[in-house]
Amino acid sequence: MSDLPSISGSPAPAPRRPERRTFSVLALVEPLIEWTIRLCGWSAILFVAAIFFFVFREAAPVLFGELDLREFFTSQNWIPSSEIRPQYGILALLIGTLSVTGLAMLLAVPLGLGAAVYLSEFCGGTLREVLKVVIELLAAIPSIVWGFVGYMVIGPVLIHVTGAAVGINLLNGGIILALMSVPVIVSVGEDALKAVPDSYREAAVALGASRWEIVYRVLFPAAKNGLLAAVLLGVGRAIGETMAVLMATGHAVQIPTSLLDPIRTLTATVAAELGDVVAGGTHYRVLFVIGLALFAVSFVVNLTADLAVKGVRSDKTG
Amino acid sequence: MTRPAETGQHADASDREVFTPSALERRKKIKETIAQYVFLAMTLSLVVPVFAILGYILVQAWPVLSLSFIWENPRDFMTAGGLWAPLVGTFFLVLISLLVAAPVGILAGVYLNEYAGDNWLTRIVNLAVVNLAGVPSIVHALFGVGAFVLFAGMGRSLLAASCTLAVMTLPVIITSTREALAAVPMTFREACWNLGASRWQTIRTIVLPNSISGILTGVILQVSRAAGETAPILFTGAVFFTPIPDHGWESFLPYGLGDRCMALSMHLFTLSTQVRGVSDELQYGTAFVLIALVLLVNSLSIGLRTYLRSRKRW
Amino acid sequence: MIRQDRVRIERVVSGLRRWGVPGVAIAMVCGLLASGAGCGGRSASSPDNHIVIPVEGSDTMVNVAQAWAETYHWKHPEVSVQVLGGGSGVGIASLIDGNCDMANSSRQMKPDEIQKVEAAHGAKPTETVVGYDALAVYVHKSNPVETVSLDQLAEIYGWDGKLTRWSQVDPKHRWNEGDAIVRVSRQAGCGTYSYFREAVLGKKRDFKLGSVDQSGSKAVVALVSRTPNAIGYSGMGYQTPEVKMLRVSPLVGQPGVAPTAGNAKNGSYPITRPLLIYTAGEPAGPVRDYLDWILSAEGQTVVRELGYVSLDEHE
Repeated sequence: MSDLPSISGSPAPAPRRPERRTFSVLALVEPLIEWTIRLCGWSAILFVAAIFFFVFREAAPVLFGELDLREFFTSQNWIPSSEIRPQYGILALLIGTLSVTGLAMLLAVPLGLGAAVYLSEFCGGTLREVLKVVIELLAAIPSIVWGFVGYMVIGPVLIHVTGAAVGINLLNGGIILALMSVPVIVSVGEDALKAVPDSYREAAVALGASRWEIVYRVLFPAAKNGLLAAVLLGVGRAIGETMAVLMATGHAVQIPTSLLDPIRTLTATVAAELGDVVAGGTHYRVLFVIGLALFAVSFVVNLTADLAVKGVRSDKTG
Repeated sequence: MTRPAETGQHADASDREVFTPSALERRKKIKETIAQYVFLAMTLSLVVPVFAILGYILVQAWPVLSLSFIWENPRDFMTAGGLWAPLVGTFFLVLISLLVAAPVGILAGVYLNEYAGDNWLTRIVNLAVVNLAGVPSIVHALFGVGAFVLFAGMGRSLLAASCTLAVMTLPVIITSTREALAAVPMTFREACWNLGASRWQTIRTIVLPNSISGILTGVILQVSRAAGETAPILFTGAVFFTPIPDHGWESFLPYGLGDRCMALSMHLFTLSTQVRGVSDELQYGTAFVLIALVLLVNSLSIGLRTYLRSRKRW
Repeated sequence: MIRQDRVRIERVVSGLRRWGVPGVAIAMVCGLLASGAGCGGRSASSPDNHIVIPVEGSDTMVNVAQAWAETYHWKHPEVSVQVLGGGSGVGIASLIDGNCDMANSSRQMKPDEIQKVEAAHGAKPTETVVGYDALAVYVHKSNPVETVSLDQLAEIYGWDGKLTRWSQVDPKHRWNEGDAIVRVSRQAGCGTYSYFREAVLGKKRDFKLGSVDQSGSKAVVALVSRTPNAIGYSGMGYQTPEVKMLRVSPLVGQPGVAPTAGNAKNGSYPITRPLLIYTAGEPAGPVRDYLDWILSAEGQTVVRELGYVSLDEHE
């Protein structure tokens, strides 16, 4: 190599460095890097387990000790700071969570699925991109802002329109939660509908179906797992919401008898009271028990949604 | 019944029959049009109220919105002035959570897309990512208190709050990294392997640089999510008020890692529930700045995504 | 020669391009850590001259605490008082855990809390009275009721209380159909909640469930101002033009006493409470200075400005 004639003006080519040294360094470092990557990959499992562990750790003493589980689930008296006898019944809170989530889903699922259908089937080109961007921006609005909107804007409107006694109530919370979970339903639903192969649509058109008939005769049955996953993810979002419901539902411990009654959810209870409790006390630990319950619920909902989507995938390959 | 149309022949009545809709087809067409408008109405019923609400907030906030609103600290017992201290606090919370979450998230995405086999362990990891994304924010707050404030001994501090936010936004980064890496064609990797590169060399030199924009999209999304959350920082490090310098370089770096800080989302919460005598305009102004911040960051992410889609070289 | 220079420059530029952004980020983090080492630290006795005093506690006092912090910072820029609300329970809990130096409280500490402070810090907590607050009963300004007695309040808010409609409270006025009383309260465990329970309901009676529980003193008044049938209790400094403060009479039939600084001072307003600051053991150093300033004329001016009763008025 070194005896090649050099072109005038340019330096001679450098002698080849021995390769062995570079290889050995790489051989040392690469497994280290790969193990770091592997550990980072498993970190998701680590964090989920850690969340469960730390919440369980704080909740355990009272969960297996003085908490009367029957009273916990069946009593509507949530009076944790009573001087007479602290009661930890979450029935009213549970019903509050379920009712506000149910109402939100009642509003969000038809509208969300309708919007998903519109975006994937009826809409074209620029309008579609614009609407998708708008829905994505809708998803980005923080939950404290939604709570603020419910408290300041929708509350007075509700009093004016429905003559409610209090503006922040079940209906207010339901509307806000619906607006918050719609983007999830729309985007996952639209993905599910787009995942249905075009051959299905083409076959339907060949049989003379109109677009509407394609949607409800072909697409809904074909994409039902994905649409179910979309709804479940929306439910998960609504159940886990904290700040918005803290401000918009009225935060009252009672079982609602009408849509205009203020209610309280499990998440809002934890958020409002966690700061007031002495670390290690019974009230503190019961709040962690509620956190454990919320974690369990979200785990089940996400697991079901994941299985539903997996069902879609296995159907496709079959 | 009708003769197929031959070249040069005029269409006649029997040809026209083929192309005139029958009663059934007319009904179907009407139903389809009705369906189209119903679905459009559904979509608009979501979009229009949101614009109305945002517009209302803007209108109510208009009197206080100005450059000094962002630049000044809250003064007069937090009933006047601006948002500088909360903004700086949110900035540092997000920055530190980014520095913690981004490396772990990106490497985790690399693992899931490049190294993980198609076995039960990968399935569990994917499940864990999805679950981590769905955990309620108050449970993240409980975890933050249990793990970072108490167990790791950080106390209520900027660091504890940032770590809590990092755990919360990790799934976003993992998912978008995985998608960005999956978008790089297999042929790139195969070409590299054919040249004798190891897996990590391939990732480092070809795959990662080509997917960097997609990864950035995810990281920017994380920023917007972390900036807007309230519950996780409520108990782990955010504070009602702490005085910071009004000017000088210290006003840009007022918080140490062990300090508690103000945050924009927490500021909105305290303004609307606890501060006495604050005008409605100030509350709306704070809400508007928070929304604008989050939407700006999100638009950046969306813009980046559109740009990279148009610039794809494969 | 020129080519080698160019190669060198190209290497530098490409190095900058590669390491520029991460380098800036690392520099910022270093700056943060440096400032963290400098002005971080939660104890009031850090070696250099930047002092941090974390204060937590009562929502009722959070505004006056913030006002003190802001005013004190103007006079002593090296001291940063960090104010966190959350409720009297928060403050006392943080004091026990060592997370704060001063705990604001609108109620007295309970015996078990005193024991916990003693166990954790080796000294009994020191209580300092820094002002007084009359707990006002607010109703919407359109509400025709002017006076309410303590018994009526107990029946409205208390467990098994019999007053659920405004027509029961004030039968003389003609009420329309929707006159159900909307009770606005505070979250359980906060000082105002405990104090109201103790002073009005009697310690051995719980609140009736179903009240709309707000997270801050100002939020109570804000909600009452928007809800025509509401009644709520909050510090008298939180009044706004849209609400009305009721006169409170100790017994039905007796004339009601308005919640003013004067009536709080002479003790005729039945629900007046001291505003307290607790420290673990005797306050010392910067905390002592801050506390002394609060008790001085300047600090008490702030108390008056925010609508509370200062110490010298209440004698």
